[in-house]
Amino acid sequence: MNSTPLLRVDGLTKTFRMYHLDSMLHAFEGVSFDLFEGEFLLLRGHNGAGKSTLLRTIWRSYLPVGGHVWYRSNHGEIDLANAADVDIALLRREEIGFVTQFLNARPRVAAQDIVAEPLLLAGTSQAEALDQARHWLDQFGVRPELWRAYPSTFSGGEQQKVNLARALILPQKLLLLDEPTASLDVGARAALVRRLSDLKAQGVAIIGVFHHPGDVAQLIDREINLNTKVVADQSEEEENVAL
Amino acid sequence: MSLDMSPAALTRAEPRLMRAEPLLTMRDISKTYGDVRALRHVDATVYPGEVMGIVGESGSGKSTLLRMMNLEDTPDSGDYSLRLPNREDGNLFDLTRYERRMLCARHIGIVYQNPHLGLLMKHSSSGNVAERLLIAGERSFDVLRAKAREALDASEFPLSRMDARPIELSGGMQQRVQLAKAIALEPALLLLDEPTTGLDVSVQALVLDTLKRLQRDRKITMVLVSHDLGVIRTMADRVMVMRHGEVVEQGLADQVFQDPQHPYTQQLVHAKL
Repeated sequence: MNSTPLLRVDGLTKTFRMYHLDSMLHAFEGVSFDLFEGEFLLLRGHNGAGKSTLLRTIWRSYLPVGGHVWYRSNHGEIDLANAADVDIALLRREEIGFVTQFLNARPRVAAQDIVAEPLLLAGTSQAEALDQARHWLDQFGVRPELWRAYPSTFSGGEQQKVNLARALILPQKLLLLDEPTASLDVGARAALVRRLSDLKAQGVAIIGVFHHPGDVAQLIDREINLNTKVVADQSEEEENVAL
Repeated sequence: MSLDMSPAALTRAEPRLMRAEPLLTMRDISKTYGDVRALRHVDATVYPGEVMGIVGESGSGKSTLLRMMNLEDTPDSGDYSLRLPNREDGNLFDLTRYERRMLCARHIGIVYQNPHLGLLMKHSSSGNVAERLLIAGERSFDVLRAKAREALDASEFPLSRMDARPIELSGGMQQRVQLAKAIALEPALLLLDEPTTGLDVSVQALVLDTLKRLQRDRKITMVLVSHDLGVIRTMADRVMVMRHGEVVEQGLADQVFQDPQHPYTQQLVHAKL
């Protein structure tokens, strides 16, 4: 493992400007922390504390208004907070994954094709990609008779299984998880924990928001509480950080 | 805390990791028709393999900009370059009409909202595709037929109907013939002007899926104009938002839709059903 942080979040600040209300909404200010390869960081906080907003700001679907997110990519270090859009798009294709609780898929595309797509984009052959897609659909408990069906007709839980299979089929360097266990049954939750454990062992760094953190309790190395502004490691040693 | 909303602040940094040069670069494009300023100092950059979406209300200049990219019109000012193999850099607007026609035939494909603009309605579907190949210099009947067949097949057009005239086809099928014609020569750039507008939703989904597959498998760079935010959100990697002939905001598609920075973009996104 590399002793240099994979991610250095420094003074990250997010404010939404809402023109129709002529107002500003301050989500969080001055968030700072480091994340190392193979580390699992849990974000805690009540509804509206800014957990998902922090994830989305790192992912850059939200634009930060201040601070830096230094990321050690395979192409060199870059500040995600101020990087060009095409660089962010490149990193999303190759190194950084984001799992939400919602499947955002094109209509009339079969579940197995949705899951296989990241592999096809990465250059894997059609047959190999479909094989792996079916494997992961099976792992997350999607029944074979649904593999060629369109997920728009699936239940919320089934859609989320397809979402997870797609998001986790290709190992990334950094994985951002926004309540991925919401609406999952026990079997799928167990499959998710197994997959995350494997990825963590491979050195994937993970930042996650979980409605029930107990689901991933054995994987958590550190946590940030956005209510109390405290970061703590697994052994409960706490240190104040700038939040 | 105050946010800098100037256009300069909304233009993101220069790429540092992306090793590829832009395929398409437009700089400071302006165009006036009579009293109407259709385009005002528009800059656009499109990278190889990406889908750039252009959104905006009617009259915002998005289709005018696409016509400029297809060299159908010349702006009052501005430069346009495409990074193509065996071609020196230079302003494409300086080309002669013949040079433009040849460059477009070989390197740029376009699908119009109205198939009448892109197709000869009384020629066969395969003949429409072959016409593009003929302009590029292909003369062998067998080769023309084979390549037309391949392009129609890739566009998921039923080959049993390749000799049918577009006038006899549904709107969705006509769009597939346009698409086959546009990709027949494996263009570097595919321009799509409201390609699914007017199609019913199930046909729209099929056309979008075909486009996505073509982009994935053939790495075709696309510029997609649509007033349908759902279509843009599904298809585009990056988005330009236009209003009154200006680009008011551009960014990653999910960022523009989830965290719009410009008041007009916020209005546009909030108005989506």
